[in-house]
Amino acid sequence: MNKRDLLLEVGLEEMPARFVTDSMNQLGSRVEEFLQERKISYGNIKLYSTPRRLAVFVQGVAEAQEDIEEEAKGPAKKIALQEDGSWSKAAIGFTRGQGMSVEDIYFKEVNGVEYVHVNKFVKGKPAIDLLPQLREVIVGLHFGKNMRWADNELRYIRPIKWIVALFGSEVIPFEIINVSTWQKTQGHRFLGETVTITSPAEYEEQLKAQFVIADPAERKDMIRRQLAQLEAENSWVIPVDEGLLEEVNNLVEYPTALSGSFNREFLELPEEVLITSMKEHQRYFPVKDETNTLLPFFVTVRNGDSRSLDKVARGNEKVLRARLADADFFYKEDQSKDIDFFLSKLQAIVYHEKIGTLAEKVSRIRRLSAKLSELAGAMKEEQEKVDRAAEICKFDLVTQMVYEFPELQGIMGEKYALQKGEDREVAQAVNEHYEPRHADGEAPRAFTGAIVSLADKLDTIVSCFAVDILPTGSQDPYALRRQAAGIVLILEEKKWNIPLETVLETAIAVVKEDGIGEKETGLLLEELTAFFKLRIKHSLQERNVRYDFIDAVLAGRVGSLPSLFAKAAVLMTHKEEAGFKETAEALSRVANIAKKAEVQSSINEQLFENKEEKVLYKEFLRVQQGLEETGEAEEQFALLESLKQPIEQYFDHTMVMADDAAVKENRLNQMRKLAALILEFADFNKLLVK
Amino acid sequence: MNIQEMILTLQKHWSDHGCILMQAYDVEKGAGTMSPYTFLRAIGPEPWNVAYVEPSRRPADGRYGENPNRLYQHHQFQVIMKPSPDNIQEMYLDSLRSLGIDPLEHDIRFVEDNWENPSLGCAGLGWEVWLDGMEITQFTYFQQVGGLECKPVSVEITYGIERLASYIQEKENVFDLEWTKGFTVRDIFYQPEFEHSKYTFETSDADMLFHLFTVYEKEAKRQMDEGLVHPAYDYVLKCSHVFNILDAKGAISVTERTAYLGRMRGLARQIAKTFYEEREKLGFPMLKGKGEPEHE
Repeated sequence: MNKRDLLLEVGLEEMPARFVTDSMNQLGSRVEEFLQERKISYGNIKLYSTPRRLAVFVQGVAEAQEDIEEEAKGPAKKIALQEDGSWSKAAIGFTRGQGMSVEDIYFKEVNGVEYVHVNKFVKGKPAIDLLPQLREVIVGLHFGKNMRWADNELRYIRPIKWIVALFGSEVIPFEIINVSTWQKTQGHRFLGETVTITSPAEYEEQLKAQFVIADPAERKDMIRRQLAQLEAENSWVIPVDEGLLEEVNNLVEYPTALSGSFNREFLELPEEVLITSMKEHQRYFPVKDETNTLLPFFVTVRNGDSRSLDKVARGNEKVLRARLADADFFYKEDQSKDIDFFLSKLQAIVYHEKIGTLAEKVSRIRRLSAKLSELAGAMKEEQEKVDRAAEICKFDLVTQMVYEFPELQGIMGEKYALQKGEDREVAQAVNEHYEPRHADGEAPRAFTGAIVSLADKLDTIVSCFAVDILPTGSQDPYALRRQAAGIVLILEEKKWNIPLETVLETAIAVVKEDGIGEKETGLLLEELTAFFKLRIKHSLQERNVRYDFIDAVLAGRVGSLPSLFAKAAVLMTHKEEAGFKETAEALSRVANIAKKAEVQSSINEQLFENKEEKVLYKEFLRVQQGLEETGEAEEQFALLESLKQPIEQYFDHTMVMADDAAVKENRLNQMRKLAALILEFADFNKLLVK
Repeated sequence: MNIQEMILTLQKHWSDHGCILMQAYDVEKGAGTMSPYTFLRAIGPEPWNVAYVEPSRRPADGRYGENPNRLYQHHQFQVIMKPSPDNIQEMYLDSLRSLGIDPLEHDIRFVEDNWENPSLGCAGLGWEVWLDGMEITQFTYFQQVGGLECKPVSVEITYGIERLASYIQEKENVFDLEWTKGFTVRDIFYQPEFEHSKYTFETSDADMLFHLFTVYEKEAKRQMDEGLVHPAYDYVLKCSHVFNILDAKGAISVTERTAYLGRMRGLARQIAKTFYEEREKLGFPMLKGKGEPEHE
């Protein structure tokens, strides 16, 4: 089979850097799917992307689809042949359906009966006839954000400027809104020219000659080497933030790193402020020395070559100078005020019109923190720290620095609090109470931070639920799901043995004190419990707990999270053991029959009729006491497991639904009490091991 | 190059590309986008190519003329082209060349920046253009104006005149910029900067401004009832300016803020819709071969 290389390149106005890599990968996998679906064989694939292009090179693409050859079975011989020996309609219809004719028929025995067969052969179509359908691959790419331009209907990441589609040296013809495929690509916006690609294999080199490094990995390497060179020349350390490098890499087609400096006096600003100004706002790499101390230099990566680097550096220095001068001004202004000044300003900030001001929120965080730290068994000294931390946890939101640099909330709070002489752990809590800051972020390390973090998040969730701000589908403007996940993480990690229900009831009580919302407590608790159960479920899924085990441990009360997670883990470790299935069955059986109990009354031992009843009752008392005494999930499970045999024996000899009403009621009540013990651990009925 | 020469150069450049040169619109506004030459004309199918300088008032940025980078009132050079021409990026880069900025000697980048103006129900996608790390231009493809989908799409190019000039003239302080030979920004604008800052933060009367907002809003509605789009829109602009002063004074709480923005957005949407209907009644007269941009 003859083969040719394939090249597809979409030229665009500058794409947002954050979408470039993903879009490139998408193009690659869709082109592969395209070829596979059409049974066109191909060799290696290489992907390219810059801010202005997405491209895929496919080596050795077959010039035609694979031929299809297969044996097809038709009607039985006696149906295929008419009495006169001619072919029946059934036979003719079959061959036609296969794209063959009756001349191709042969007979073959299947299970002792002869059937009509043909060797079907479908010739593969020439690839060049199918490749224009690549248009749909390009149009079908998904981007995070689409736009329209000019008078077109198409929504795309940015306007399409050109399309190169080559099969060998042949242009694959198609068109997307007035842009026809051709052989010409654009070089670097300023350094390069339009160039005709002579063959797909030349693409990378031809672009390089036009100052476009199309391979993103190669471009990234160039930047790394340039950074290393600047490090070596100046004895600097340039910590490479991979996220920043990725972004910068997707802002340039031809990278040249260069450095600039700023006034040494600005080094008095907090490091975070300097780094945020450089990284977030300017996409610069900050520069340090061997002792990890920030130096008054920065490195930026320019989209171009090395001409007039000093001019570019001067321009960048000017911008940074203005930014740092602003920051310096804010820093000094903030330092001249005390914490009380900022706290008083919180009264004027509406958190949400139905929930009240930030000052009111802080007051609730304080009350709730006090109750939570008590539940968590805090000492008096700890409680005092918690109280102060809760009181000041939001003060930095009204500092000028955080107003200008919102990403520094908490971080500036900790700095300022230390400067104002707050206790170290209190200051730290002002920062840590925002943790975990993102989906896989860490929980606060210190006790104080953890309590205030819990209180803040609980207050947000409960007060939002109270006024019916509920996350729906993709809508979760207050990030309630993430905050709930944070609460789950903290409760579990800190190993506080507080039932989730108690935590929620405590938070609801505080929110109710402030008269937020009109929803009644019962309904609120029900909604919140359901919401948290989903988060816990998610968290268990992430630990690979099988879904039926998750359902089993979440069937009843949630209870304390550390023990819930432990129970799930214990069940998962025992599930493959011999006898597990039988244990689950025995325990479920009790729970099932217990549902028939209508009257709650105490058990009358006088009504026991057989030995097994008596034994089970004795065992029940033993296990009940055992469960009260241990908090270890492993031991709890062992206790329940020990009930297997007595339960089995019991059912073998006892008819729970006895004819005598008093005996029946007594037995059902025994089942009910036993079931309550079992369900406290898990609902074994949910398990699919039975 | 002084500011006056910059403006003349940009006017010549965009005039050569078929833009109508308009003068600044005579009602206070926070940005060139709010001029009816942009806000209203971006609506509907009629082609529209204009360029104009827009003095833009940002009361919150008033610093009594003391801050080297912030101004109560700065100038924007605004270009609108509808439909957005295919070679708009090249046209723009040529305008930088005509200002003496050689892209080969600088680092020019198009960095994603999506723009939204909630008070007018507008949204667009595009970039901020960086010149050696400094944002000198907002480059936006309008997707929605006054709550209406844009069809065709207009492209808006907004140059920050003072920003660009501080780079071209290599000045650290905006007040040192040369406006024209013998006159600096300080000569012309220092006094109004100081007075407007003092007015905004000290001497203005919040109660009176709240009252004005209500009066302007009422008048805008009344004119809408008469189907008079332009007078109604003028009053929305006045609402917006009064709101900006109140906001800068800290006289508006966060909740109230949302409510005021909502009121203005409601009016802007209604005006946008009515403007479209009025143009439709006239048969979209500018569709008839007029105003076609001269593509290069």
